[in-house]
Amino acid sequence: MTTDVAVVAFAQTKHTGEDAGLTEVELLAPVISEIKQTTGLNRFGFTCSGSLDYLAGAPFSFVSALDTVGAWPPISESHVEMDGAWALYEAWVRLQHGDVDTALVYGFGKSSQGSLREIMTLQLDPYYLAPLGPDQVSLAALQARAFLDAGHKEDDLRAVAARSRAAGRDNPYALDLPDPGDEGYEVAPLRPYDCAPITDGAAAVVLAAGDRARELCANPAWIRGIDHRIEAHSLGARDLSRSESAALAAEKAGARDVEVAELHAQFSHEELILRAAIGLPDDVPVNPSGGPLAANPVMATGLIRIGEAASWIHRGRARRTLGHASSGPCLQHNLVCVLEA
Amino acid sequence: MTADDREPLVADHALEFPGGYTRSVGPVIGRFLTELRDGRLVGVRTASGGVLFPPAEYDPDGEAVTDEYVEVGPGGTVTSWSWVSRPRAVHPLDRPFAWALIRPDGAGTAILHALDVGVFEPGAEPPKALRTGMRVRPKWRAERTGSIKDIESFRPDITMITAPSRAEYRLNAGRALTRFLTGVSEGRFLGHRCDVCGKVYVPMRGLCPVDGVPTTEEVEVPDTGTVTTFAVNNIPDPRAPEVPFVSAYILLDGSDIALLALVAGVPADQVRMGMRVRAAWRPREEWGRTMENVKWFEPTGEPDVPFDSIKDYL
Repeated sequence: MTTDVAVVAFAQTKHTGEDAGLTEVELLAPVISEIKQTTGLNRFGFTCSGSLDYLAGAPFSFVSALDTVGAWPPISESHVEMDGAWALYEAWVRLQHGDVDTALVYGFGKSSQGSLREIMTLQLDPYYLAPLGPDQVSLAALQARAFLDAGHKEDDLRAVAARSRAAGRDNPYALDLPDPGDEGYEVAPLRPYDCAPITDGAAAVVLAAGDRARELCANPAWIRGIDHRIEAHSLGARDLSRSESAALAAEKAGARDVEVAELHAQFSHEELILRAAIGLPDDVPVNPSGGPLAANPVMATGLIRIGEAASWIHRGRARRTLGHASSGPCLQHNLVCVLEA
Repeated sequence: MTADDREPLVADHALEFPGGYTRSVGPVIGRFLTELRDGRLVGVRTASGGVLFPPAEYDPDGEAVTDEYVEVGPGGTVTSWSWVSRPRAVHPLDRPFAWALIRPDGAGTAILHALDVGVFEPGAEPPKALRTGMRVRPKWRAERTGSIKDIESFRPDITMITAPSRAEYRLNAGRALTRFLTGVSEGRFLGHRCDVCGKVYVPMRGLCPVDGVPTTEEVEVPDTGTVTTFAVNNIPDPRAPEVPFVSAYILLDGSDIALLALVAGVPADQVRMGMRVRAAWRPREEWGRTMENVKWFEPTGEPDVPFDSIKDYL
């Protein structure tokens, strides 16, 4: 028996493609203020954040971020060194205890300050992978090659990028990126437009349980299923042309009959692999926000997918939506969240 | 607010553990690295009988592996690849290379490593030879330390060699060609008329290949003629003014056999069958007993010759 938990509010920054001269804390503070104002809440039963110290190269940068929440007298708080979507998962689990009924979840990241491609190399196994220095885009391109070898075309990837960028231009929070041009390979078979842009930004979500959710939001987006699965770290031990972990998470989360899906695809082929793994029919719109290919504030991107999926329900425009988040190289770890009016 | 407040205040910052972390490798990865130092690739037998490579303590299904190590490779097959046309500072090669997943013979899983497929300019497109399924082998470092970098890179198997071939000669032009080229050295095109069929051959061969009889009657033809057929060439040639250039069969007026020459002085896409042309001679002081006296043929501007009058010379 699970406690019904809903996303009752969502806020995000207007993401930027370059350093806007703000620290991570300064980036996050307005988002926290906005979501406190939206919900009318100043204190939460639980607070959980997702961020990556390596982005700023400073230990415990998430502790500084607590200044934006107001943590005195001491609050019940936790952090994951992962995308904020996993902070949301932890908060959902925490709310199952039943002793608290609200949770603040946020994620933030400034990837403009370092070299994201090399920072992501630091997450790789230190024996077999990291010493070789394979960067994030090179590894993603290996997966794209495997996907193309399984019978797909580079034009399929370009179409994903074109649709994402067009949608992003209509989204005031996403970057304003031009249609894919005639560009050489970044790392073949990926071209620059197949890769998510360097982005700074933050996002926050408030979860509430039961009646508290109905008080705080006219149209709560109830979490009907949430699950995350991980597969082998060794890329050579996986079939990179598909995502078994996303398929399993989707099955466990009950990902059927959704009207809209927001997928954490940082490369265009990832969207196609995920669409197949989750079993989304062709007529289900994916990433109407533009998705990560139009704005990729690392460590908030996955949380934003759940926030965007919830927004369709908050606005009364859909009854059942799906948010997805991913972590690790080449879609190693996948989280699926099914939301319902 | 002062002007200084509006300027971004930015500083360089590096995060580093000097000398690197000390990490225990454990018995499984340790065995792999030790064998690697000796120039061998080993995988580990899984509980279900497969060979996990490179070895790990658990297989992807979460089962603990056995303690049986199996030598695999050194030959292997590329299962996926990506092409880095502009290497980054952290990459193992400083010129274009591929990342590849490589499954050594005898292993059930693949290893990630750099694949060196040769020397390419920065920004090069992926070479055609780089394919999933490609056969490769490790290139070992001479001095090995027990690191994944003991393999410098993988390299494709040998599927092709380059075989230089050269022989040297002194060629004599022979009687007929010597006579023809002597004519060319005087600015004249000479040929022979066959006594039997009456055809005129320029250059002369000293015999009629149709009738098989010797020919001796010398005939001089003008340096004007007609393009019978032609080709547009896109491979540079030192004799041609530019690429693309046109090589054409030209039927000199009064001759019954076309000779091969360049056509210039007209864009390649405007050369036509039936086009009238004239030889463009080099300055007289440069002439010798060689066809190089004629740079190429150029259009005369006369009307084209109807196809019917050249159709027998194609």
